[in-house]
Amino acid sequence: MAVAAAPAVPAKRKELSQSYWSLVWYRFKKNKLGVLGGIVLIVLYISFALIPEFLAPYALENRSQFVEAPPTAIQLFDEQGRFQAPFVYGLERRVDVAKRLRTWVPDTDRKYPVRLFVQGDEYQLLGLIPMNIHLFGIDADPREARIFLLGADALGRDYLTRILYGGRLSLLIGLIGQFLTIVLGMTLGVISGYYGGPVDMFVQRFTEFLAAFPNIPLFMALSAAIPNYWSPIAVYFMLTIILAFLGWGGLARQVRGLVLSLREREYALAAKSFGASDLRIMFRHLLPGTTSHVIVIATLSIPGMILAETALSWLGLGLRPPLTSWGTLLQDAATIRAIRFTPWLLWVVPPILITIFAYNMLGDGLRDAMDPYSGRG
Amino acid sequence: MSSTTAQGTKATTSTKDGRIGDILLDVKGLKKYFPIQRGFLRRTVGYVKAVDDVSLYVRSGETLGLVGESGCGKTTASRCIIRLYEPTAGQVFFKTRALSPDGTPKMVNLLELSREEMNRVRQEIAMIFQDPINSLNPRMTVADIIAEPMVIHGKYVKGESEERIVELLRRVGLRPDHLRRYPHEFSGGQRQRIGIARALALNPSLVLCDEPVSALDVSIQAQTLNLLQDLQEEFKLSYIFVAHDLSVVQHISDRIAVMYVGKVVEMASSEELYTNPMHPYTEALLSAVPKPDPLYKSDRIIMQGDVADPSNPPSGCYFHPRCQYAVDLCKQKAPEFREVKPDHWVACHRAEELKLRGVY
Ligand SMILES: Nc1ncnc2c1ncn2[C@@H]1O[C@H](COP(=O)(O)OP(=O)(O)OP(=O)(O)O)[C@@H](O)[C@H]1O
Ligand code: SF4
Ligand SMILES: [Mg+2]
Repeated sequence: MAVAAAPAVPAKRKELSQSYWSLVWYRFKKNKLGVLGGIVLIVLYISFALIPEFLAPYALENRSQFVEAPPTAIQLFDEQGRFQAPFVYGLERRVDVAKRLRTWVPDTDRKYPVRLFVQGDEYQLLGLIPMNIHLFGIDADPREARIFLLGADALGRDYLTRILYGGRLSLLIGLIGQFLTIVLGMTLGVISGYYGGPVDMFVQRFTEFLAAFPNIPLFMALSAAIPNYWSPIAVYFMLTIILAFLGWGGLARQVRGLVLSLREREYALAAKSFGASDLRIMFRHLLPGTTSHVIVIATLSIPGMILAETALSWLGLGLRPPLTSWGTLLQDAATIRAIRFTPWLLWVVPPILITIFAYNMLGDGLRDAMDPYSGRG
Repeated sequence: MSSTTAQGTKATTSTKDGRIGDILLDVKGLKKYFPIQRGFLRRTVGYVKAVDDVSLYVRSGETLGLVGESGCGKTTASRCIIRLYEPTAGQVFFKTRALSPDGTPKMVNLLELSREEMNRVRQEIAMIFQDPINSLNPRMTVADIIAEPMVIHGKYVKGESEERIVELLRRVGLRPDHLRRYPHEFSGGQRQRIGIARALALNPSLVLCDEPVSALDVSIQAQTLNLLQDLQEEFKLSYIFVAHDLSVVQHISDRIAVMYVGKVVEMASSEELYTNPMHPYTEALLSAVPKPDPLYKSDRIIMQGDVADPSNPPSGCYFHPRCQYAVDLCKQKAPEFREVKPDHWVACHRAEELKLRGVY
């Protein structure tokens, strides 16, 4: 019996459909600087916000006798010039009589090997998993010798550890603050643009007031109003709210402008003609049309928030010890005495700059990818 | 300013082929004035009389063509009917089932309804927009777009509604595998079909078509018009079909209303309007309709002057500066919109005495 040829199975057509966001992603991927900025930020947030406990060799408040020790050099060759596994020398206190200064010098008699994944101070990874493994460290009793890759501060605490931990608060204040800003700015912007009239008038005048008022004095006044008996964490959240409160105006104006133009688009009218509620029109039809702009604006203004926190804390108006942020670290670093005798405290500046550059690169890349004029959107 | 209303419209008239029934929509003296605001305090310095006395009616199952030059207020009038714009004055009676608990139809004045009631009536009046690009949300898939009216009215049932959407999509000539795509992946004609499918989602009785084909290629216009006619037959729809020239509406309209600067100046059955126009403006429009007979001597009436400015209309009959039959009375008194013959309405002082030229 003849076997009927199996009917040709039509090759499954590749799903050609591309949403707006997949187009954006496609364009964004081609922007090398933007992608680099994004990757840098991911690395920064993972290492500073998620797992600083693991990356740092010591616990945040772990003090030592090695007050203001300079950065420890990792040695690869011993005194005879022979190659060795990486090690560090112990520290010895020396008084420089001429300079009337106490310093720390390497004691070449004591060597401590540098190891990966050493056991050290206890911590909870992500606040959940109890651990005591640190990425690196030295094989030594911490009372006897320590490794300070970026030096130590006035209480003998490892400065690298402090920068890593400090990044968490500084980086998150930008994100959380910007999140609040987006929620406030988008909601008020869309309401103002959609309803118009007195609501619009009020929102507009208020944002103008915020825009006209000089920022720093306003920051100072508001943060001075935070009661100083509040717990540092409450102060932190209050500060975030203050930053968001001052930042939403610009965003609200932009969203309002976009909504004004989108409101006349026929798809908003179409939804209304089918009986859609105001909320549905605002949040389902108008706001999605503004998200690309909002994401760009938000990305580009996160650095402003991080800087604002840093500046406020530096002025002594933001976060206070024992909270550690890049701002409070900068406060310690930016004195004549510190610059003269412990210049390594300025290592807090590069992470701040890198974060800001990365955000700007990412924001520019996103803007180019989402530009409504560079393609159909 | 005069306010003539189409009073005493008969409830039923001759049913041409049995499918045309009672009055479904009856618009009386509809007006929409947009304020012109100037200066810092946004003082109102005048009004654009975009719709200035529109009276018309639609019987169930029929197509009313609404024709007029660009800017004469066709879009504004149709949006006022469904209250996308709040009319300044007038009445819009519509036979709705949505407001009575047992679904018996009753005539209600839409302009007196609360927001919530109006939204319920919106299940029965759908709108098709002129611009197929702008009327579909670019961030929503075809499935979401067509489902939206059902979702809004809480009528979306998983499974069942999805089948209905596929069915609608097929009915307008698209494929089910188009469901997950976004509007920008379609041609203008296909997008307009998506808009049509969305309009049909809730089984409306009246569809307001605002120049649904004028943005499309000529080759696709005819297809889309045929589709609209087939759907009308199948789903017993009534249409208000807006167009800016008579040739488009000629074949699909049972009756035609002609607008000039915010007013309906003439309304009659298509045949009557074509063969026996009674308003000089209609005559001028008809003279511009291309004739199929090549030997026909073109004697197009070239209208003098420009269309009147709706924020500063002329006195009396708005058409008098351009009307070749104007007399003194026309400058002083606005003509009333009246039923000169059964089912033939005209707003012209000289309607009876003039012998105007039609097409055939
Ligand atoms: N929102 C508005 N505010 C002020 N004036 C308006 C508004 N919408 C329309 N108009 C004016 O009302 C008049 C009628 O406009 P409308 O869009 O209804 O005309 P149309 O007949 O649909 O024209 P077209 O054929 O070009 O679509 C025009 O003069 C227009 O400028
Ligand atoms: S009323 Fe007078 S001006 Fe107006 S259309 Fe009739 S004849 Fe012409
Ligand atoms: Mg229009």
